[in-house]
Amino acid sequence: MEFLVSNFEAILFYLVAALTVAAGVGVIALKNPVHSALSLLSTFLMVAVLFVVRHAEFLAAVQVLVYAGGIMVLFLFVIMLVNVKGVRPEAAFLTRWAPLAIAGGVLIGVLLALLVLLGVLATGSADASALQSVDGQLAGNTEAVGLTLYTTYLVPFEIVSVVLLVAMIAAIIFGRRDVALERPDGEARP
Amino acid sequence: MITATHYLLLSLILFSLGVIGVMMRRNFITVLMSLELIFNAVNLNLVAFSYRLGDLAGQILAIFVITIAAAEAAIGLGLIIALVRLKDTVALDEASEMRS
Repeated sequence: MEFLVSNFEAILFYLVAALTVAAGVGVIALKNPVHSALSLLSTFLMVAVLFVVRHAEFLAAVQVLVYAGGIMVLFLFVIMLVNVKGVRPEAAFLTRWAPLAIAGGVLIGVLLALLVLLGVLATGSADASALQSVDGQLAGNTEAVGLTLYTTYLVPFEIVSVVLLVAMIAAIIFGRRDVALERPDGEARP
Repeated sequence: MITATHYLLLSLILFSLGVIGVMMRRNFITVLMSLELIFNAVNLNLVAFSYRLGDLAGQILAIFVITIAAAEAAIGLGLIIALVRLKDTVALDEASEMRS
């Protein structure tokens, strides 16, 4: 019990990290896209837990709302839509280059690990109070993030809203039935 | 004591998994999911450094990354719908019109 209490942070981190990696492997290794999507959902939730541990409470809420709520619904919606049209997404599984891809990914991982482990950047103690205070007064993380976002980072915030508008228009145009997408063999569009 | 290095190592594992998924899978939908995995790895890095340096800028940047990821997902899924309409498949290597 003493051990559990004094090492709570480490135990939580290793548990959640193991679950994150397991779910991440599930995303790329499962054949059925619906299973991959559910695996991705658990990755999002585990990353949200890690955000809370690192005093990014607002970001954890955004992660659950936007990723687990919005993007996952979008993915599942498209998977179902594609299934309705008679395409079997699990028929398309791996490329011919899969072993090469795994080797390349592992190589990138090892190089990044060398970079991290040889660096001295990430050692030292943490100061979390700045993440939760406004003008030196202790406040919530949401309040601190909101104030910073709407003062220091106002211009990027406005620009990113334009990006979202452009993405919305693009998605609508891709989804239209009457765009000039002709089948190569000239048969009628469904 | 969990330092930022632990978070960086977890994040690079997630990043590598995402890269492997993008290169390995033929299914367009799963490739997009692997991209989301990469975005999450980046966010984990940003939050870890935000905590390490006691600076909110990392969290703000992570919010922007989430926004761009949402835009990317919307456009990517729109492309999937267009591909299925055109070819009746979600396999990426079926889209080879530009190969001579």
